[in-house]
Amino acid sequence: MSSKKLLLGDEALALGAINAGLSGVYAYPGTPSTEITEFIQVNKVARERGIHSHWSSNEKTAMESALGMSFCGKRAMVCMKHVGMNVAADGFVNSAMTGANGGLVVVAADDPSMHSSQNEQDSRFYSHFALVPALEPSNQQEAYDMAAYGLELSEKFRIPVLLRMVTRLAHSRGVVEVADEPAKENELSYPQNTRQWVLMPGNSKVRYKQLIQDWDSFIEASENSPFNKYIDGADKSKGIIVNGIAYNYLMENYPEGCPFPVLKVSQYPLPTKLVKKMAEECESILIVEEGQPFIEEKLRGLLDNGIKIYGKLTGELPRTGELTPDSVRQAVGLAPIEHEVASQVVMPRPPALCQGCGHRDVYGALNDVMKEYENPKVFGDIGCYTLGWLAPFNAIDAVVDMGASITMAKGAADAGQHPSVAIIGDSTFTHSGMTGLLDAINENSHITVIISDNLTTGMTGGQDSQGTGKIEDICRGLGAAPEHVRTIDSLPKNHDDMMKLFRDEFEYKGLSVIIARRECIQTARRHASAKKK
Amino acid sequence: MKIDIVLAGVGGQGILSIATILGAAALKENLYIKQAEVHGMSQRGGDVQSNLRISSEPIASDLIPQGGADLIVSLEPMESLRYIPYLSKSGWIVTNTAPFINIPNYPEMETVTAALDACPNVVAFNMDDMAKEVASPRTSNMVLLGAAAPFLNIEIEKIEDGINTIFGAKGEAIVEMNIKAFRAGLEYTQNLLKSR
Repeated sequence: MSSKKLLLGDEALALGAINAGLSGVYAYPGTPSTEITEFIQVNKVARERGIHSHWSSNEKTAMESALGMSFCGKRAMVCMKHVGMNVAADGFVNSAMTGANGGLVVVAADDPSMHSSQNEQDSRFYSHFALVPALEPSNQQEAYDMAAYGLELSEKFRIPVLLRMVTRLAHSRGVVEVADEPAKENELSYPQNTRQWVLMPGNSKVRYKQLIQDWDSFIEASENSPFNKYIDGADKSKGIIVNGIAYNYLMENYPEGCPFPVLKVSQYPLPTKLVKKMAEECESILIVEEGQPFIEEKLRGLLDNGIKIYGKLTGELPRTGELTPDSVRQAVGLAPIEHEVASQVVMPRPPALCQGCGHRDVYGALNDVMKEYENPKVFGDIGCYTLGWLAPFNAIDAVVDMGASITMAKGAADAGQHPSVAIIGDSTFTHSGMTGLLDAINENSHITVIISDNLTTGMTGGQDSQGTGKIEDICRGLGAAPEHVRTIDSLPKNHDDMMKLFRDEFEYKGLSVIIARRECIQTARRHASAKKK
Repeated sequence: MKIDIVLAGVGGQGILSIATILGAAALKENLYIKQAEVHGMSQRGGDVQSNLRISSEPIASDLIPQGGADLIVSLEPMESLRYIPYLSKSGWIVTNTAPFINIPNYPEMETVTAALDACPNVVAFNMDDMAKEVASPRTSNMVLLGAAAPFLNIEIEKIEDGINTIFGAKGEAIVEMNIKAFRAGLEYTQNLLKSR
């Protein structure tokens, strides 16, 4: 029996995994992937079964925990945003070497157009260099179906499977037909080939040869995949290759059906036979690709001496930003739909820190102290407080990746910079800041680390933060001098005290940590209204 | 039937509950739905929009093409103008006229009003005032939903069922308040259309 539900792409994927007998999801929150784990956390079946869904400290710990669950024969999923793949990369790439036992699906949610991210990296590249198959749903139903399909594929080939989402699917709702009865979970069972789980050179050399051989069977699986479709068309002047969600934009422009042959790619490695068929039958190929020109570069090659290929590299489609029905329409050569031009009245409205947010008070006090210095530098980090770069604060000089505030401040201090200040949130600190702090402690670097602790993972919507209640202990435990681990409530009434504290610690010639604490205004409101009930 | 709607507002204003209600109503009618939302960074007081597409036939794209929207439904006047390139020639703008000013360079209200007046099909009134008057300040979004309802091709009762479903858990009083706001907005547009 099945029923229809209106689900976000993320939710469809989550429900698909639960219904496929998932035993655990591991994740660190990150837009646009957060809702997958959140869905599992509150799902009735998942709660009854005790499916693991507690947040991990970062994507690497999540990846490795999921691999451990897979080792024991159970089905596991790990979810992250695209840049989380960089954090998880060590575990991920090497999980191709160990292989999987229970089904293991690694979800990477890419963010073309950088709605909430610092770059447009395309996770499909990871699947190729790790040598694992990848899936890419084009709609919510496929996201649901691919959870089970991916777990089965993983068990069939004993290999982790990458599943690539993009923002527009992750955060778009659609009607999904779902099974009413969830499948049973796997029983505990252990890998038959135990050597490949110990990645010593002798074992790895043997395993790597096998993995390369397996690649051919992955290609064959793609050629026979129910998600890769070759749809013939009468006009062979060009064939069109589309991936994932790009398929929808193409079909939006051809409601009566596309006149050209179309190859929809939703499973990788590329289905060689189908690509060759298109090259043989068509005069040219247009590649409409959501993400970086991954397929296009593969087909074109450096020498570019085969069939004529059009796409992002030839300017038919924009090289940056996500695709739209309009950009795809232009690429296929249809006349644009008439529309009004953008209104001149409209001004940009960038996001801002909430009124009543403690980060505001931290930046207010910090800026006032920094006026006393000639050339202060503040290294920021990833979270709501990144918004401190914007007016009216303009308080940050660099933001790069999770945890980089502390290590960049350290490097700057090593170069002779003073004051060299790091500002980092509590959740980002336990994600990737602790190891950098240890480096700074070990050298007693002349930096001040401000941990703006709002007791949650704020930007992604208020998920539990793994360091809550432990931040001081963590800093002292790593070896920070207890008298230079200082705590203050980041409230407007403490403005002057905060200034004094900042000034004192900037002037201390060594490593200091200031924990400025105040609960996130969003979660505080939620907690207050929950209490009322 | 097929209707493409751009829902617009400022992060935190509550456009997504409009989408949720219409989604629930359309699902009950066994219609196809696609609804692209904005989560993450922009939700912190930035401009937010949601593309809502409802149809009796399967829908391909999650995004509405430029010149394709039947409706722009906005909780904020300047935000309604942001999506003008998406409006079809015969499309309608239904917008709150109460500005949400959280940027230093917000345009003069007269220029915003003039730009709206220049559009052929507009329903614009102060929905914050109406919400306050008939129900509670927090129901502006239900006034807006009511004001947009005559253009939706979904039975009014079905939308009210949707409101029931979404707010049901919060108690009967909350449902009633939201229905009141919804009906006030609905009546406003119905009267406007009669006088046209």
